[in-house]
Amino acid sequence: MTEPARLPPIGLPGLDPRWSRIVEAPDFSGISRFWHLLDTHAGPEPGQPEPTLTVLCVHGNPTWSYLWRTLLTSAPQSMRIIAVDQLDMGFSERTGICRRLANRIDDLDSLTQVLGITGPVVTVAHDWGGPISLGWALRHREDLRGVVLLNTAVHQPEGSPAPSIIRIARSGPLLRLNTEWTDMFVRGTTRLSRSLLSARPMPKSVATAFASPYRSAARRVAIRDFVADIPLEPGHPSSAALDAIAEDIRDLGATPALLLWGPNDPVFSDRYLADFIERLPHADVHRYERAAHLVIEDAPRLVEDLLWWLSARQRNEPGTEIPGEVTRVGQMTMSPKITTLLEALGRAQVHRPGAVALAEMKSRGPARLVTWEALALRVTKLAAGLRVRGIEPGDRVSVLVPPGADLIAIVYACWAIGASVVIADTGLGLFGIRRAIRGAQPRHVIGVRAGLALARTLSIPGLRISTASLPAITAQGSEQESSALPDAEAEAVVVFTSGATGPAKGVVYRHRQVAATVEILREHYRLTESDALVAAFAPWAVLGPALGITSAIPAMDVTKPRTLTAGALSDAIAAVDGSVLWASPAALTNVLATQKQLSPTQRDAFSRVRLALFAGAPVPRAALVSAASLMPQAEIRTPYGMTEALPVADVELAAIPGVGTAEGVPVGHPVIGVKLAIAVLDDDGHPSDDLTTQAGITGEIVVRAEHIRDRYDRLWATNRTASAHPGWHRTGDVGHIDDAGCLWVEGRLAHVIVTSSGVLTPVGAEQRALTLPFVEQAALVGVGPRGTSAPVLVVVLAVAGRRSRSPLLDVDRTELLRQVTGVDLAAVLVRGALPVDIRHNSKIDRTLLATWAERILAGAGG
Amino acid sequence: MRVLVTGASGFLGGAVARGLIANGHEVTVLQRRPSGLQCREVRGDILDGGAVGEALRGVEAVIHLAAKVAVSGAHSEFTRVNVTGTTTLLEAARAAGVHRFVHVSSPSVAHAGSPLVSAGAGPANPNTAHGSYSRTKAASEIIALAADSPGFAVVAIRPHLVWGPGDEQLVGRIVARASAGRLFLIDAGVALIDTTYIDNAVTALIASMEHAPDSFVHGRAFVVSNGQPRTVAELLTRMAVAAGAPTPTRSVPYRPAWLAGWVAERAWRVHPRGDRAGDPPMTTFLAEQLATAHWFDQRETRRALGWKPTVDLDEGFVRLAAWYASGGQPRGG
Repeated sequence: MTEPARLPPIGLPGLDPRWSRIVEAPDFSGISRFWHLLDTHAGPEPGQPEPTLTVLCVHGNPTWSYLWRTLLTSAPQSMRIIAVDQLDMGFSERTGICRRLANRIDDLDSLTQVLGITGPVVTVAHDWGGPISLGWALRHREDLRGVVLLNTAVHQPEGSPAPSIIRIARSGPLLRLNTEWTDMFVRGTTRLSRSLLSARPMPKSVATAFASPYRSAARRVAIRDFVADIPLEPGHPSSAALDAIAEDIRDLGATPALLLWGPNDPVFSDRYLADFIERLPHADVHRYERAAHLVIEDAPRLVEDLLWWLSARQRNEPGTEIPGEVTRVGQMTMSPKITTLLEALGRAQVHRPGAVALAEMKSRGPARLVTWEALALRVTKLAAGLRVRGIEPGDRVSVLVPPGADLIAIVYACWAIGASVVIADTGLGLFGIRRAIRGAQPRHVIGVRAGLALARTLSIPGLRISTASLPAITAQGSEQESSALPDAEAEAVVVFTSGATGPAKGVVYRHRQVAATVEILREHYRLTESDALVAAFAPWAVLGPALGITSAIPAMDVTKPRTLTAGALSDAIAAVDGSVLWASPAALTNVLATQKQLSPTQRDAFSRVRLALFAGAPVPRAALVSAASLMPQAEIRTPYGMTEALPVADVELAAIPGVGTAEGVPVGHPVIGVKLAIAVLDDDGHPSDDLTTQAGITGEIVVRAEHIRDRYDRLWATNRTASAHPGWHRTGDVGHIDDAGCLWVEGRLAHVIVTSSGVLTPVGAEQRALTLPFVEQAALVGVGPRGTSAPVLVVVLAVAGRRSRSPLLDVDRTELLRQVTGVDLAAVLVRGALPVDIRHNSKIDRTLLATWAERILAGAGG
Repeated sequence: MRVLVTGASGFLGGAVARGLIANGHEVTVLQRRPSGLQCREVRGDILDGGAVGEALRGVEAVIHLAAKVAVSGAHSEFTRVNVTGTTTLLEAARAAGVHRFVHVSSPSVAHAGSPLVSAGAGPANPNTAHGSYSRTKAASEIIALAADSPGFAVVAIRPHLVWGPGDEQLVGRIVARASAGRLFLIDAGVALIDTTYIDNAVTALIASMEHAPDSFVHGRAFVVSNGQPRTVAELLTRMAVAAGAPTPTRSVPYRPAWLAGWVAERAWRVHPRGDRAGDPPMTTFLAEQLATAHWFDQRETRRALGWKPTVDLDEGFVRLAAWYASGGQPRGG
């Protein structure tokens, strides 16, 4: 049946009726058709300058131009946004003809000719609008400034069956039931949408607006045809057209591309994103973790990110992940000698073949000792064996193996191949590990049995190798085969942030940056061959061989850093004559708690330690003092840093003042090769463009050094914001530099409280609260909207008094805390414990606490 | 300026009149009872045209506080004083050549019962406000702001929970109950509430009169408070402590308290107890007020009126304690 084009009903949320146009254009067969489209420059705008960029938006199935309404609302006047309703879709004409992919490209081409679209243009498309927009883009390369794709596909990735949801939808009678006879498909598409901010489903009025052009079965015929036009089987009428597009876009290397993805899409999963990355390796990529198919609806930031990218196209900037600008602050103070990690390992092997490189401690029985010679041989043979199995240079390999001799051999073997390793540690929690791996899309996985089980449902396309088969693989490898050392620019590792603020982010290091980390550690801590490292801090267990020094990994349940006992640590120190200890604060807590069980000999071992480093999270001063008495010869230091750069600064115990004397906690002076600056906070608590090194000014801490991460993985928009100050890494921490050049951390940027009388950072007030004997833990949060928040302190009491029904602290102690903190606290709330992250068991989730406090203090109906 | 203050026998009205006098203004007061103030005084009802006309003679500005304030009572009486009274006064004032009119309102005019967390001054709504007082005050605020016109600048000020030495409405009742051992909290008194120390309410009202003709002031409503939200538990405790009364220790859950209020309201309607001040010990309105957060975003008020509080809560409680320590005699009559 046929039906003319018409205008959408008035009053659809977010849709400006002035955008709507009906345009007549011949279709692929030359017959005149009427399109409905949205156009920000629909009417004559006297006196307005001509737009300098046209953005052509193509929706998929079963949506319509309504999908792009926020982009139309937010775009600047200088950008013309045109969002079409494809023929037989939305409010365009119902032609009664089944349109194939090639027809739809012709249709669109004809329409844009009628519209007179010439000059700089960027295509933006979602779902099956993707291939159509790319087909159009390939025909208009002279005008094309960029292509943007949201959750779409041009190719069925090898070895992966078509998304089952599409297969089911396509099967015989179900196809018509789903798509045409009922509005199941239309409604199902919007039903999956969840706002990332509120986790709420799409508002009913918006879902209804999406369904509004598809009210009757007759108006839904094209939805059925669209699904039927997906070329799942060879010989399909649209196969050739789709395959041609899939191949031809490989030539778009000079055209900037942006891939914006909602990974929780049951149809266009990360596999399809990976396929695009392979075809458009230069593309900027951003995955909005937890967003689903309608990523533009789910991710509130998407339109802002997209507009930023479009503006860069408008200015005709080349597409790069990070805008390259001249740096404003001076050059590096040190340029570390770049050696690859394998070179260091090789040198040690030559100089001290028979010496112990590695001691993997066992909770029962003797330690597993590996000499430099054995380690180097194993790495060479394992690398060769893994090559035989099919791991290629450039592949990403997920390694799900606990710290120990196997992990070290695997990591160095992968590096020897030129592959990069993805290390999702258990500190992310099982759910977090799965999410992290899925995001990094490794080609292969090597794991212990539990690790492989975890990876089973992640559709890893390549190899799944069990650690149990390592001996066989090693035996397969020739020891003569020596591969070229990996390029310093090649990707070395993907590690993950703790996810204390939002989902964990993948952090990519190149070999050059890992090597710089090793150099900084060596220089700053003056590590020599005579040192031996006891590594109870998982990430750094791997770096011992690269430092060329002996290392020991104590026996502990790595899933729980708190299980490291004083005895196990002592045994590890004794095994390698350990002089340098690196542990997490959580591990230290348990070591101190179990030191009573030490035998006199075990206790003696601690006196060999010359340097003890505790890093990963803030460490209570009292714990450091206890550590000092356990290790009387040791210099006790706490390095400050983050997953993206470690170490950044470091402070000695003696330099840490008693609690509560200043605004924040001191983390020391920058280590060799690191420059620090402060991005001054404005009145709204946002870091400004002004960087300063002046003392006493609070702002976001920014860092510049050779060993900083290369980028966040598949988080283009995050890279953009993290590198807002070109050349500097934004840490997300707030703090200040004191007169002596020491850095003080005052909290997380996300935890800054903006009251009507100014900006408050939490840590200083918390530290002052801790000076009161009845306060065991404290967290300062804001309730109410930013800009007019009321500060509230949440405390854990040292002596949990009689279980009170009230969450409020009594008035006298509340008053006392107001005086001590110097903050006009609206209330002090008492809790049994504070929520902390899994990895460090110490980073307080103040955002969660603020929500809790706000709900309590709202009273009835809150 | 020559200023008429209505309702000057009340706690806030008296303080405003004294504040104006101290600032050198020429003050007339209008109320039924003697005010005891050293100024021109007209005694009479707000609906008494003769008295109102007399009071307005030569006046340039009006600060209108006269209102029926209670948590129970016949709705018609609230309408008579709060709605008809305000309408009459507005008309008379304009006719008499007054060019500034400060209408004293209440944040409850925009409160439909849900928690107010750093709220702005929302639109008054007589249909959704709770209780006769709030509903009639909402209606009168709408009428007052509608009268704003060139040459007759009207501004509505909503001070929130005004208290201080000599306050019988809020502190007086709390202390009386605490002394009788009948002061209890609802839901442990966890809700955050903003209050206004008396001196700050006075300076805000005077500032609003001074700024009434400003383009971003007239025709608008502003909430005034100390901008220091505190839990109900802390406020009640500190008031009791200041008066040397026992502090509240018992707490009842919200639902039963609300239900008790509902029953009491109906019982009081059938058998009003006591005399004039015969409010029931609990009402649904009171239960809501004591259990639901209501604190306010003061930024716009402070910007527009060029005003900020001068007495913080700590100082306020010190003054309250000193006043009780010195015998606690109501000031000024």
